[in-house]
Amino acid sequence: MFGHTDPFEILEPGAVEPAPRTCDVMVKRVSAAKRVGVMARQDKADWITEMRRIRDHADEDAFVTLFDHFAPRVKAFLMRSGADAAMAEECAQEVMVTVWRKAAAFDPSRASVATWIFTIARNKKIDALRKQRRPEPEDLPWGPEAEPDQAEVVELQQESAHLGQAIADLPEKQRDLIEKAFYGELSHSEIAAETGLPLGTIKSRIRLALDRLRHAMERKQ
Amino acid sequence: MTTIRHHLTEDLILGYAAGTLPEAVNLAVATHVSLCDECRAAVEAHEAVGGSVIERCGTEDMSAGARESALAAIRGPAPEVPAAPTPDAVLPAPLLSYVGKGLSDVKWRSVGMGVKQAILPTSSEATARLLYIPAGVAMPDHSHNGIELTLVLKGAFEDEDGRFARGDIEIADDAVQHTPVADISEDCICLAVTDAPLRFKRLLPRLAQPFLKI
Repeated sequence: MFGHTDPFEILEPGAVEPAPRTCDVMVKRVSAAKRVGVMARQDKADWITEMRRIRDHADEDAFVTLFDHFAPRVKAFLMRSGADAAMAEECAQEVMVTVWRKAAAFDPSRASVATWIFTIARNKKIDALRKQRRPEPEDLPWGPEAEPDQAEVVELQQESAHLGQAIADLPEKQRDLIEKAFYGELSHSEIAAETGLPLGTIKSRIRLALDRLRHAMERKQ
Repeated sequence: MTTIRHHLTEDLILGYAAGTLPEAVNLAVATHVSLCDECRAAVEAHEAVGGSVIERCGTEDMSAGARESALAAIRGPAPEVPAAPTPDAVLPAPLLSYVGKGLSDVKWRSVGMGVKQAILPTSSEATARLLYIPAGVAMPDHSHNGIELTLVLKGAFEDEDGRFARGDIEIADDAVQHTPVADISEDCICLAVTDAPLRFKRLLPRLAQPFLKI
């Protein structure tokens, strides 16, 4: 389960990326799901605005906007992860209440709103479904800044959008495997074994995100 | 921050980001990430994939009153958030939440040869223990049925795979048989996580195994 793959063997900056397979490039299905994806990306900047309005003005309208978009997604994520409908509903509500209470801890130069909500939902899943504590890393010496560097925010949000698009563009079978890993249905080695593909597009996007985060951390130390 | 030479595997990074690892393994990952910016960035990059999964995973309708009860909850009093622990020179924050205020709160039990251990209260799928190995002492020869993660917190040890100092993590599986030896200059403290009992090669430790819970 925890094979000796070096994360940076693949993620090392400058590593040669495998040439994209024809199917990655050619398959461009314009599906309904994808159109929804495009709308979601256009909204992304606004999620940050909603977060600021919650943090700075305890703005309930902003909360309702986030709730209507994310609560049904968190509920679907938790049900796919093994929760029944009632538990998923209750947990999704608690996740959104946590979004409100921890709004000041959200740092848009390090995560998109969707990514941040994912981490809260994941922790809730471990707590409620697996009845375990979730050890979290020590906070960085610099906490979220009141107004993080705008260029860093834009860069991170664009990177997240590109990553989302790269996942949307994957052939369905590969995309399924990535999603299964997040629902606890497959380990990374199993993904590699099952596809025999290096999932190059995703790896290169993750690598870019990784480089960006690493540089952001270096600048702040 | 010291230079870390031995990092997490991609499996561990993905598993931690996805939230699919046993608690004891999460503890080792969280402790390493507390000391290693590179792996912290890798975890956050993998969490971004989780963000896309949430965006793409479809929707399940919330019940009619859900939004109202969430609004009622945010208007109500927030539960008190426990203060972050005071940093400890040896034990990063994730470990402190299992141990207490610092190294002096660890409830060590002797396992012989000057080696001490303290088993931490995690879920039972895997076991996390702090090990205290006096300078120059070798751990008994052992191999693994499952995996063993060894994260150095103080001092250093060496084995067939190289030298491991503060923040370095060694990931051994059943293919590896090794004899870690603590540096001669300083006592070594590590966090060791196993998902199955260790198999000792010599008879005496093997007899003692059921008593040591290792």
